[in-house]
Order: sequence, then structure tokens, then C-alpha cells
Amino acid sequence: MSVLVFVETHEGKIAKAAYEAVYYGKLIAEKTSGTVTAVTYGDASEGDLEKLGNYGAKKVLVNKNIKVANDQSLTDLAQQAVEAEGAKIVVFAFDVVGKSVAPRLSARLKAGLVPGAIDVPEIDGDNFVVTKNVFSGKAFAKYSIKTEIKIIALLPNSFKAETSDETASVETFENGVAESKITLKDKIVEGGEGIPLPEAELVVSAGRGLKGPDNWGIVEELAGALGAATACSRPVADIGWRPHHEHVGQTGIAIRPNLYIAAGISGAIQHLAGVNGSKVIVVINTDPEAPFFKAADYGVVGDAFEVLPRLTDAVKKFKTAD
Amino acid sequence: MNILVCISKAPDTTTKISFTENNTKFDEDKVQFIVNPYDEWYALVRALEIKEKDGGEVTTITVGEADHDPIIRKALAIGADKAVRVNAHAGDAFFTAQQIANFAKDKGFELIMLGKETINYNGSQVGSMVAELLDMPFVSVASKLELNGSTATLNRDAAGGEEVVEGELPMVISCAKGMAEQRIPNMRGIMAARSKPLEVVEPAEAEMLTEVVSYSLPPEKGDVKLIDPENMDELVELLHNEAKVI
Repeated sequence: MSVLVFVETHEGKIAKAAYEAVYYGKLIAEKTSGTVTAVTYGDASEGDLEKLGNYGAKKVLVNKNIKVANDQSLTDLAQQAVEAEGAKIVVFAFDVVGKSVAPRLSARLKAGLVPGAIDVPEIDGDNFVVTKNVFSGKAFAKYSIKTEIKIIALLPNSFKAETSDETASVETFENGVAESKITLKDKIVEGGEGIPLPEAELVVSAGRGLKGPDNWGIVEELAGALGAATACSRPVADIGWRPHHEHVGQTGIAIRPNLYIAAGISGAIQHLAGVNGSKVIVVINTDPEAPFFKAADYGVVGDAFEVLPRLTDAVKKFKTAD
Repeated sequence: MNILVCISKAPDTTTKISFTENNTKFDEDKVQFIVNPYDEWYALVRALEIKEKDGGEVTTITVGEADHDPIIRKALAIGADKAVRVNAHAGDAFFTAQQIANFAKDKGFELIMLGKETINYNGSQVGSMVAELLDMPFVSVASKLELNGSTATLNRDAAGGEEVVEGELPMVISCAKGMAEQRIPNMRGIMAARSKPLEVVEPAEAEMLTEVVSYSLPPEKGDVKLIDPENMDELVELLHNEAKVI
């Protein structure tokens, strides 16, 4: 079956989640004896677009006339590509654009969508089943897509993309699309040079146990040593010690890094919902009864103010020896 | 301003999740249900703030059977003027979106607001689908909304930060943290909610595109391995050699 992958670009750069989506598309194409075509827009360089071949795309369709992400114009672009390629499976990353364009395309094509998929579809005859997180990470559900065209939005960090030396052919694909009814006025860049939390493979997080916003230096130093992003618990974001975009949990963002280190967070069920997709969890807490230890792989019963600097030193020692 | 707020029913955030009927159904036994927090705290409360400032009416819509009435009364107690319940099991996101779009299509709503996702299905689909079905623009994951006449200015999530965007009403907006603050209904609101109109309408013919086959719970974690707080070299060694994450 022909697989189409929608590739999101941001200021000329291809997002990590989009590479994962292309690789995921390749895994589906291998199961269905199909090929992968990517469709994208904006100012990504020819070289970067050819490199989508490394992840499994045979061909890349690009509309350079679309500069700004807008759900109505991007839905038109996706629809045109589905029709041009005769695609039966469409893959998005479950990111900001995927969340607004994929459902729109689903409603337009009457093509079933599984948003936030975490696994390669099980395909057996006419049965096409995709697993996703439900109940804010507390459970999984298998969804059957019952329509001829199937859309999947892949949860970031669900697959580690493997690459080859193949390159993709790049074709201009510039049909007219709906004019944007929403205009961009300003951009607010958050976190400066830091790693965006949803994409981070390593995350260092802290909570009220840190006692105040001035004490975050030891968290940032550990994150710096590891090359990790920083996160926080809800109370810490609510009292303004840390920015809201760092809040992970049921009402913040859900993340699934390879490593989540939590210091001074007790581990309420709402916090766990946002992080229990993490592959490995390390909990540092003075209270041996903290519920978070039940969800942890490694635990350190101790004072974050002593343990974090010690861990930072150990990481630095390991990195220099490595 | 004539505003429609989509309200979904969700299990309380502290609910321990389990399934019945051979893992095909969420076990509702002893579960406390609430208004989906994103729908309530952000979409509904911001809609009420706009009404209080500029006048107009806030209507809620819920797709669900009679067991949804308590959470609809809660939304009325918080301050919505009237409620509509489409009397059907919300089969999937597209089914729900078709019901909402079908109700809204000839009512002249200037704003359709809902939470960025439900905390039970986490799909983020319905708002965008309603926008498509009604041919309206959609602004997703908005944390701020200001109105100037028929022009809306919004902050929304974007790759690497936020965008400030502008557009003409009508539009569909999915709401997230920052949009408003939670309101606790007072006794007067609760009393008033009893006599506010809750209209039950029969569903329009609609199709489902997806279906849940089965649910499962994450595997139980093994026992935590405790590390001596004096010996962080050991933790680094385990993370490298055993867990293989650094």
C-alpha cells in the first residue's frame, strides 16, 4: 500500500518527530509492500529533503509557496498529495500541526484517524489495528480503522529512527491551496537554546522538594551534563517557580523520554500520567514512602540538594572517560 | 456574542483505571465522573468571561446518554445559560464531531470552544473535525483569547514556543492552560442550574470511522532498585550498562 507521510518543517528545519514519522511510514510500507512518499512545504533545503530518503522516503513532494503552517491550507496540500499518490495510509507526527491537520483531513476524506499511535499497525486481511495511549497514559487502547484510507498520527519518541544511505527524489508539488484565514502576528520563542521537552530523550525534572525557584541551578547543571531537557511538576509551575511549558503531567504535557529523572516530586497519579511512558525512571526523594518509588526503575532515598550535584559530578566523570 | 462550548464527560483525574467485558469496556463502577477539565477550566470559563464582558449567551453541547446529565448540570452551575445533549453514545471522534456540527450549522455561533483534548481519549480530534465540517478556521491549543469586535487575537502552541495569531469570527478554538482559571460553582449557581434549560435532541445520522477493539494496562513495574545516595557512580554505571539510556 502506498504510504504518504506529512513532514512538518519549522523555519526551514525538519522536526525530529517528522523524521520518526517517515521511518514509521517505512515500517508500514515494508509490511504492505508499498513505498513511502513524503509531502512537505516551506523552505527546507533540497539537501535536507533528499535526506528524508535516509529514513525511508522514496520521493518528496514539496510546496514552497506555503510558508506559514495553517490547518486549512495544509489540509488541502495533504489531500492533493493523497490523491496524486493514491495513498491508502497517511502518517503525521502527533505534534502541533499533526493535531490540527490530521483530524481535518480525516473529516474531509472520511478516513479513520488514530491520533497518538505508539506502535506499528497490526495488519491482517481487512483488519487494521493501531495502539495508542488512553486515559492520559494510564492505559492503552487498540483502535481498528474501518475506512479504506487510514490516517495515523505518531506520538513523538515512540520509535528510534534508523537510517540508511538512500536519498529521496524531490519534486515540486505546487497546486493552489486555501488561503489562510488565520494570520500570524508574532512568535514567542520559549526556552532559548534548550531542548524542546516533547522531543527530549533525557529529561531532568524537579518539584516542590527543591523549595524555591532559586535552587534550580542544580537541576539545570545535571541537565546540562546529560544533554537533557528540564521539566517540573504542576505545583511548581502553578506557583510560578518554573514556566508552564515545563509542566509535565495529566494537565501539562505528556512525555516519553528514554530517561526521566525526578527530584523532589512525590509522584501523584496525575504527574505519573504524564511521564509513565518514559522507558526508565529515576526517583530521588527524601521520603522513602513517596508513591513515585513504586513507578521507578531506580530510586535514591536522599536529599536532592546533595544527590543532584553528586550525580552531576558522576555524569561528568563518565562523559570524560567515555 | 453567541458561544457554543463542547463539554465531554471524563473520569475524575484520580481514578484508578480498569476494564470489564474481556477488556473491551472501561469499568465505570464506583468511578466519579467530572466535566473534562480542559473543557471546563479553560473553554467554558473563558466563554463565560467573554459573555460577562460583552453580553450574549453561552450554550453547552454534549454528545452522550442520560448518564451525562449530572456533569451537564455542573457546567450550568458554573454559569452556562443553557445546555443541549445529543442523545447518543459518542461512538468515535468523527461521530461526535458530526453531531456537534449538525447542531451548530444553522445557529449562528460566533465561537465554538472546547478543551485541547479529553483526559480519557487524548485524541485532540473533535475541534478540528467540527471546523472542517463547518468550513471554519480552527486554532488549536490556544492559551489566550482576546476579542475586538469580530476579530480574535490568540496565543497558540507552536513548534518551539507560541504564536500570536489573528482571525475573523466565526472560528473553532481548542483551549489549554492559561486561557482562564477554574471556577468553583457556588450555591446560587447550583440552585439556578436546576431550572436552566437542558434540551435533549436526537442524533443525526452519522458514521463512525474507528472503533476500540480492546484496552490494556501498562505492565506492572518490577521493584525499584535502590541506590546508595553516596554512590552516584553506581547509578550512572547502571543507567549506561543495564538500562542503556546514557
